[in-house]
Amino acid sequence: MNAPPCLVLQDVHKSFDKREVLKGIDLSVAEHEVVCLIGASGSGKSTLLRCINLIEPIGAGRIFVAGQEVTAPGVDVNEIRRGIGIVFQSFNLFPHMTVLENITLGPRKALRLDRAQAAAQGLELLRRFGLEDRRDDYPDRLSGGQQQRVAIVRALAMQPQIMLLDEVTSALDPELVAEVLSVIRELAEGGMTMVIATHEMSFAADIANRVCFLDQGVLLEEGPPEQIFRSPSNPRTQEFLQRIIAAGRL
Amino acid sequence: MEGERRSRILGGMSSDARSVTIALVSTVLFFTVLVLVITRSPGWPEVKAAFFNREVFSEAFPEVLRAFWLNIKIFCVAEVFILAFALVIAVLRSLPGPVFFPIRALAIVYTDFFRGIPTILLIFILGFGVPALGLSGVPTSALVWATVALIIIYSAYVAEVYRAGIESVHPSQDAAARSLGLSRSQSLRYVVVPQAVRRVVPPLLNDFIGLQKDTALIALIGPVEAFRQAQIDTSATFNFTPYVAAALIFVAFTIPLARLTDWLNERSRRRRLVAGIAP
Repeated sequence: MNAPPCLVLQDVHKSFDKREVLKGIDLSVAEHEVVCLIGASGSGKSTLLRCINLIEPIGAGRIFVAGQEVTAPGVDVNEIRRGIGIVFQSFNLFPHMTVLENITLGPRKALRLDRAQAAAQGLELLRRFGLEDRRDDYPDRLSGGQQQRVAIVRALAMQPQIMLLDEVTSALDPELVAEVLSVIRELAEGGMTMVIATHEMSFAADIANRVCFLDQGVLLEEGPPEQIFRSPSNPRTQEFLQRIIAAGRL
Repeated sequence: MEGERRSRILGGMSSDARSVTIALVSTVLFFTVLVLVITRSPGWPEVKAAFFNREVFSEAFPEVLRAFWLNIKIFCVAEVFILAFALVIAVLRSLPGPVFFPIRALAIVYTDFFRGIPTILLIFILGFGVPALGLSGVPTSALVWATVALIIIYSAYVAEVYRAGIESVHPSQDAAARSLGLSRSQSLRYVVVPQAVRRVVPPLLNDFIGLQKDTALIALIGPVEAFRQAQIDTSATFNFTPYVAAALIFVAFTIPLARLTDWLNERSRRRRLVAGIAP
């Protein structure tokens, strides 16, 4: 018997004005599983992640995290978000805070840890990811790769049950991508449950337990990476992957 | 011969030193001519006697300067209240969601209304009106109520400055804070407002300058501040020099503020350039 799924989406719909960007998504993610979302820009990958984190309210459907329905009326949104880490394409570090202040803000204010406790925990995380000498720097002194690693650490500092990564390498110069991917790989090896929207196909093939292909708000095909990348069954998946291969990205 | 030598001297300088020299020479020439034109023009002796009388000045200046201390006190007290009160109004106006509509509406009405009222009018209404009511427990000092009037008017302006700052902070900053589980007010307090305030320091200083000048309006309901003192001295001597003295004192106070504003503006512009982004 498997553990209960960490994340369940049931028929999730989302529209911006009249444009429907998610057209009934069903997805279940087991604990320790790494799921990669692939698909063209505008296919709904980012929106899906933002809906799970309740940054975007959904139109219809239900979302469960660790067995609890997060889309139920009357739930404490702040409470739920504490258990869901999200990392954005554009880092979104707080520019007026040092690295250590960035990663201790959540634990101090949302988890009510005292300053020393939060700092000790934050420093340990920084050490683990080779960023401890940057603790007192402001984000604008850091490279893009370092900023994104700090953003990942900031989400981890909340000790989330699941991490959502929204195209976290898309805004980076090519030579900085590897350091961020290696952090994610380390998280995967540590058993972190993750849903990763990405354009890095070879990374997805390498790290994912399961790959989901989104097309115009529909989850068209899912399966183990070997199956999706080697022998996709849906013609639209085939077409998408051919375009990726033609662009030299796989 | 003469011109040739000068160009050789200038040619031997670095281009920076050369610009400075040219600016210096042209400035000295320009102002010499200006002063000559003014002092040679007919009527100058009368103007000089009425506005720039040395004896009247040396007598009035210390008195006006002493009275200016009241302007500074009004300015400082008012500024503290304005900075706090305006921030409250700006935050109330930024509250999202339909529940807060009445509060937002109230904040909008406040800023619209008090930016529309002439400052002097509110100073008269409160400074003369409220003490005349004789309500128990309410201060009866015209000075207090005039200061309150300044606080009310300037808070409306400064609230708008704050609001512009709050709106200039990208929504992704709030999203990042909320995604950590911070509540709406925690996100405002720790993430949005601190960034907003930093950005609006230059325009805030601009409003400080306006406030500093407007402390003189309080003279019109009685308290003897710099302008009122100058008025008293002027009526005693039938000479306008005390007004000039008061003007010089105000300017001496506001010019450093103006230069500080320029410097901060320039610095934040450079920082944005260095960062390569306009957040």
